Amino acid sequence: MQRAMLLAALLLAAPALSAPALAEEQPVELKPGPGVDVITANCGGCHSLDFVRMNSPFLTAEGWKAEVAKMRGAFAAPIDDASAAQIVAYLGTAYAAPK
Amino acid sequence: MRAGGVNRRGVLLGAGASALLARAASATELDPRLPAGTREEAVMEALPGKQDLIKLTWRPPNYETPLAAFADPITPNDRFFVRYHLAVIPDEAELANWSLSIGGAAAASEKTLTLADLKQLPHHEITAVCQCSGNRRGLFEPHVPGVQWGVGAMGNAVWRGARLRDVLALAGVKPDAVEIAFRGADGPVLDATPPFRKSLPLTRAMDENVLLAWDMNGEKIPIWNGYPLRLIVPGWTGTYWMKHLARIEVLDKPFDGFWMQKAYRVPRNMFPSAVPFTTQDNDKTSPITEIVVNSLITAPEAGATMPAGGFEVRGIAWDGGSGIARVEISLDSGATWALATLGRDLGRFAFRPWSFTVAKPASGAVTVLARATNNAGRTQPDKLVRNPAGYHHNIYATVTVTAA
Repeated sequence: MQRAMLLAALLLAAPALSAPALAEEQPVELKPGPGVDVITANCGGCHSLDFVRMNSPFLTAEGWKAEVAKMRGAFAAPIDDASAAQIVAYLGTAYAAPK
Repeated sequence: MRAGGVNRRGVLLGAGASALLARAASATELDPRLPAGTREEAVMEALPGKQDLIKLTWRPPNYETPLAAFADPITPNDRFFVRYHLAVIPDEAELANWSLSIGGAAAASEKTLTLADLKQLPHHEITAVCQCSGNRRGLFEPHVPGVQWGVGAMGNAVWRGARLRDVLALAGVKPDAVEIAFRGADGPVLDATPPFRKSLPLTRAMDENVLLAWDMNGEKIPIWNGYPLRLIVPGWTGTYWMKHLARIEVLDKPFDGFWMQKAYRVPRNMFPSAVPFTTQDNDKTSPITEIVVNSLITAPEAGATMPAGGFEVRGIAWDGGSGIARVEISLDSGATWALATLGRDLGRFAFRPWSFTVAKPASGAVTVLARATNNAGRTQPDKLVRNPAGYHHNIYATVTVTAA
């Protein structure tokens, strides 16, 4: 069975890198915009970024804020306050419900 | 293999070469009520050992069964849906030395069992629906966050294994036992993320239908569905059906963990259960438990052109174990209903096939509604029973075709 090593440790050590290019998983392109690199670096270690696109475009900016808070709280994602604010701002712009 | 709290053990992902063959899911495979982003993201993709399923997320893998696979009331193993919460999934090589351990504060002894040990116990078989709690979440309007499942986060299979109660008896259950807790061999990327663990009330765990299964439809359970051993809880939603089961604990107090106390909750008294899970209730919510009565139209597909001289509608119905009493069809938006013909009874926990002949409809659009009623007297509602996490979507099944 095909397997891949998760490079999350490397990723967390160097958050400027993009998510690991895993042979078996097709890359998920998020919309360009301020903060896209922050979300890729902070979120892509634990889950593919199709979770973002799948949950769009129906959450409000507040809804995305709650999701990021859940990831940091319930799932213990090690995302600092500044990065979390950038992620929330990005999602609230690029993937929020149309007004 | 660990470094800095990050589990670097291999993370099982989508198929290698086959991923290159992923294709966009067609209109008939994706419900138009799903969020636009879900419909753009979903592709048909084959995990190793599986046929094409509807890929919703790559990692952790969440893939649903396409509608066409429900034409057979037994869901084939290679089309059975795949659902994981956490991305570190063992492969068969890593499970080569797998064993099941049993213990806990209210167990009389500690036991470790191999698959060969388990197979010494009496074998039992049951046909039962495994349905994700969030099946059809993507059809909630307004949408709620989570995996945006269409209709295919479910399947019906013949499970073969040993009774959980026979296994528990090997360790011994002390009189102060209140719950049985379960841990699988899959886990989180980060050590700090709550591992996926669930519990059952003692009375439910001792039910004769609750199995530890090693076979699914006469073959070993696919890795994606829980190889080498899966907990089978007929009638209850898939969240309890622990895959890659590795540890059972007999507890003298309610299990305290995220996946019981924070996740998979529904408002109290919204969805009655034959066996309530009172030790996990709080003031406002209860754990999700029993599958609600439901149905699905499997043919014809939405938008099909059907003979104006008449055509057959087929589908399946299921519930949490009382069994299906009847399925009714309406061709006039619910003003009048006629009985469908029930097909072969595969058991009270299984999909029940049904069919109905639409005789000489007026030309043009024909909308067929289907609703099931179970032996407990519950009927599918015409309006969604809204709840924050998007569970138990069971409004009438509908399909619109053109008669010509």
